[in-house]
Amino acid sequence: MSDTLTVSDPKPSPAAPAAPARRSPWPGLAAAVPGLVVFGLSVTVLAGSGWPQIVAVAAGLGASYWGLNALGRARFGASFDLMFWLCVVWLVALVAAAIAAPLLPMSEHQDIVQTLNSPGMAVPDLSTAHPLGTNNFGLDLLGRIVYGARSSLVVSLAAVLIGMIVGGAIGIAAGYFRRATDATVGVLTNALLAVPPLILLIALGTVLEPNLRNISIALSLLALPSMIRMARANTLAFVQREFVLAAQALGASKWRIMLRELAPNVALPLASYGMVMVSVLIVAEASLSFLGLGIQPPAPSWGNMIAEGQDNNAFSEHPHIVLVPGVTLFLTVFAFNLIGEKARKRWDPRQAKL
Amino acid sequence: MANSAASTARTLAKRLGELVLVLFIVSIGTFALVDLMPGDPAVVVLGEGHAPAEYEAQREKMGLNDPFPVRYGDWVGSALTGDLGDSFLPPYSDVAERIGAALPVSVQLALMALVMALIAAIPLAMWSAYNSGGRVDRIISAGTFGVLSVPSFLCGMLLIAVFANGLGWFPRLEWARISDGLGANLHHAFLPALTIALAETATFARVLRGDLITTLREDFILAARAKGMSPLHVLFRDALRPSSFSLITLLGISMGRLVGSTVIVEFLFALPGMGSLIIGSADQGDVPMVQGAVLVIALLYVLVNALIDLSYGRLDPRIRRAHV
Repeated sequence: MSDTLTVSDPKPSPAAPAAPARRSPWPGLAAAVPGLVVFGLSVTVLAGSGWPQIVAVAAGLGASYWGLNALGRARFGASFDLMFWLCVVWLVALVAAAIAAPLLPMSEHQDIVQTLNSPGMAVPDLSTAHPLGTNNFGLDLLGRIVYGARSSLVVSLAAVLIGMIVGGAIGIAAGYFRRATDATVGVLTNALLAVPPLILLIALGTVLEPNLRNISIALSLLALPSMIRMARANTLAFVQREFVLAAQALGASKWRIMLRELAPNVALPLASYGMVMVSVLIVAEASLSFLGLGIQPPAPSWGNMIAEGQDNNAFSEHPHIVLVPGVTLFLTVFAFNLIGEKARKRWDPRQAKL
Repeated sequence: MANSAASTARTLAKRLGELVLVLFIVSIGTFALVDLMPGDPAVVVLGEGHAPAEYEAQREKMGLNDPFPVRYGDWVGSALTGDLGDSFLPPYSDVAERIGAALPVSVQLALMALVMALIAAIPLAMWSAYNSGGRVDRIISAGTFGVLSVPSFLCGMLLIAVFANGLGWFPRLEWARISDGLGANLHHAFLPALTIALAETATFARVLRGDLITTLREDFILAARAKGMSPLHVLFRDALRPSSFSLITLLGISMGRLVGSTVIVEFLFALPGMGSLIIGSADQGDVPMVQGAVLVIALLYVLVNALIDLSYGRLDPRIRRAHV
């Protein structure tokens, strides 16, 4: 998607940088401003009106996207990729909100006792105290989204980090020592891969207490096999390079070679794969919570918020109960996928797929 | 010739040995779930408020006092004869029997989803690859990328809201076995299968598109076109066949997600398959049921993946020769 934007415009040759065919910014501006205005109105004035609101939101977002994209390309050249920057902005905002959650002026998100006077199932309306509405206990959905982001991000980032460090270490060792180590690691990796990911999570969810630490550890088991394989494959390639040979000739110990020569080189492809892995793990955590085996209500998580829509046709009668956490989950996964794809194209062109 | 046959046999034997080893490790891990369980299994079975002696008797009856290797041996021994033990919870039903009833539902759903995904993905990928870089291609690529970011349970809830609750075209929360009539069965299975199929379609279409674009640049495609073959003939007869190889690979890679989304979708649609069985049991801490289900799923999963590996040689003579 991101790579198709340049198709229509050939790259300007570096020999003739003068007089760039700058397009006028006005058409972009003319679409972006009304688009943003329509979107702004649609989430305040039209709040809760059903179909008219949905149409207005879609039209407003579409117009502003087209306008901003045109504006960006007029300003920064044809390689400007608005979608990428929107994804970056979304993730930065999400992480910032998750970190600053206790400081933000949001209504109660977890304690039912404090929301006895709040309206239940209030529709999203940016002009009220509940910008994204409330659930059936009157808990504020914005607050639940932000605190849900906290647990979601903490759990999946921790799992990816554990996977990268443990999997990287095991993979480097397997690729460097070969022989029995490699064979043992290979069989154990295959055994981990022999159970489909979600089934592994459910099995662990049966016996483990569902707290953040245990969920992170369970999720890291999903990241582990691919990290091991990737680290091993990269190690096999790097071991034959001159700098490793030079280190060996200088009398460096095995540990030093693995730690100082191999690990830094293996880390980069692992990190770019980690970006894609984060989105997989966010979905896995959401699935587990959706099934009632992950983060337990009333503590919020995107998965258990979406699950609330299953009770008594809540989704059909109050679509925002599902749509608010659903769209958040979608945007986050989408952003991680898009950025991860871009990162992988740039830093790890060799490893197209695993 | 005899020599090459022997080497093929050796490769097969080696693979089979690995397979058995992997299944052995998986079964140990699965069995260890009881020991990971917080609290006493005897309390789970009997419930709270019994005399300590009763719990002790129950533990003895369940063999929990034996050392791990003995218990594992007993469990695997009976598992090999098709006996996966009894559920912890009333009505203490036979695990193997429950799995036998649930498995066909899941297999049917997964197969239907695969077929639907292939039927949708092949034309999409062709259309996209044939107009590579064009507007159609960009829309399809953006669409499939977007679909991949929608978790299956979210997708299922949207489909239920629109097609089952809104339009009322499909039933919800009920299931018709094939014995109730094929039409009713397919009608009940359609929406859940569609939910599973959407993500698979997107993956298949993306990979197949990339593959087809490469193939369409080959000389033999140019030759076919120069002979005046119609685009459809070129796409289906000449370009698709070399890509079947990567579709099989893809099948192997996406199998894990396929199982995962089948499990979730069954839970969502309340269908009596393996997913509902394993999630319901996991929720109640019914460890024997979860163990049995995990073992059966892992066994099938490993076997299917091994079959996929073997089918490479069938499809691509170059690999067959390399092996032989």
